[in-house]
Amino acid sequence: MLYIDSISKGIVIDHIRAGGGFSIFKYLELDKADFTVALIMNAPSKKFGKKDLIKIENRIDLDLAMLGFIDPNITVNIIEDEKIVEKINLSLPRKVEGIIKCKNPRCVTSLERNIVHKFVLMDEEKGAYKCEYCDQIYSWEG
Amino acid sequence: MLKGRHLIDPKDFSIEELESILELAEEIINNQGDFKNLCDEKILGTLFYEPSTRTRFSFEAAMIRLGGRVIGFAEPGSSSVMKGESIPDTIRTVASYVDIIAMRHPKEGAPKYASYYSSVPIINAGDGGHQHPTQTLTDLLTIKEVKGRLSNLTIGLCGDLKFGRTVHSLIKAMSRYEGVKFVLISPNELQIPEYIRTEVLTNKGIPFMEIERLEEVMDSLDILYMTRVQKERFFNEADYIRLKDSYILDRDKLKLAKDDLSILHPFPRVNEISYEIDEDPRACYFDQLKYGMYVRMALIAKLLGVA
Repeated sequence: MLYIDSISKGIVIDHIRAGGGFSIFKYLELDKADFTVALIMNAPSKKFGKKDLIKIENRIDLDLAMLGFIDPNITVNIIEDEKIVEKINLSLPRKVEGIIKCKNPRCVTSLERNIVHKFVLMDEEKGAYKCEYCDQIYSWEG
Repeated sequence: MLKGRHLIDPKDFSIEELESILELAEEIINNQGDFKNLCDEKILGTLFYEPSTRTRFSFEAAMIRLGGRVIGFAEPGSSSVMKGESIPDTIRTVASYVDIIAMRHPKEGAPKYASYYSSVPIINAGDGGHQHPTQTLTDLLTIKEVKGRLSNLTIGLCGDLKFGRTVHSLIKAMSRYEGVKFVLISPNELQIPEYIRTEVLTNKGIPFMEIERLEEVMDSLDILYMTRVQKERFFNEADYIRLKDSYILDRDKLKLAKDDLSILHPFPRVNEISYEIDEDPRACYFDQLKYGMYVRMALIAKLLGVA
């Protein structure tokens, strides 16, 4: 068992799907951080068997909608004096803007230079999103 | 209240709002003289980034018959679009000169994007293979006139259901009426898009079936909505040639149909309805053409708040 020291003030991003921690670490640009951060992969989890988690020894601004979009099972714990003072369960955001791109070559987003790609949640159970402009369903593959 | 609203998607308006437009269209048909000065001093801008005969002419004729005027372009080559002007810049410019805009664009979602930057109502006059809500108003008026109702109907849609924007808009609108069933007849390659299958039909519990052969279902239909296989929607010419003649309505197929079937077509047709059918009393597509102008008169009047 690997032990990482608990943090006194900061954020723990917990219950990340195993294997997903690195992309969130990169998305949050924690590789450029000048404070203590830890990415823990494949930690044992009662709920999922295995999980990733990220410990950040700092209070940084998090885009919770974006994190929820990447992985709605994530829990964000806010730490003060080594204690959890707030626990935020994420969910899929109703709308995501400027994060993913529409792949429909007939969509107006393929033509206009300054357009922001926007997707709306279509099916919460399946985590399906559709393009706000052309209705194309976002595919996570390819 | 429809004044100042955009019409981008049939679901932008409630059933009651759609029906108020149909009722006004019927009033205009019966008393044309009463509406000839309704849009005095008003200007319609027609921004057609893609060719059109019926839709553009019917919009222009509609505005002129309401006493209004029309400016615009029929192809982007004669505007600043050719110089690379963005949709927001074109729309901000045109919206400062006109009272209402009808916009056709080959890219899906372009009228919606335009509506974010427009100070006047935008009407989607067809966006790529996506939606065509004013054709749907035409179709609804035709169905209402020939059937006397918009509920309790079995509607067959045949041909290119994947890229057929009139099909997508009609399903969206008709799926809100009680007792409507859809029979979707197409090659596998040209089936309805997934968002229509999932969001509009399956999730709402609307009965529908998807089949490949028209003959098998002909006798169950109250309405048959034929569409052409549109060459410009294909990326690949070989696919177009392989599929274009798959679904042709001729006298033999029509023998299998009910006596009170109503055949609709958004036009233009290529060869998907034989000319021999034109004289059959079940052919309603020429009435449909006529209704297009009246329903657009009603729509313009409602969005401008003059009726």
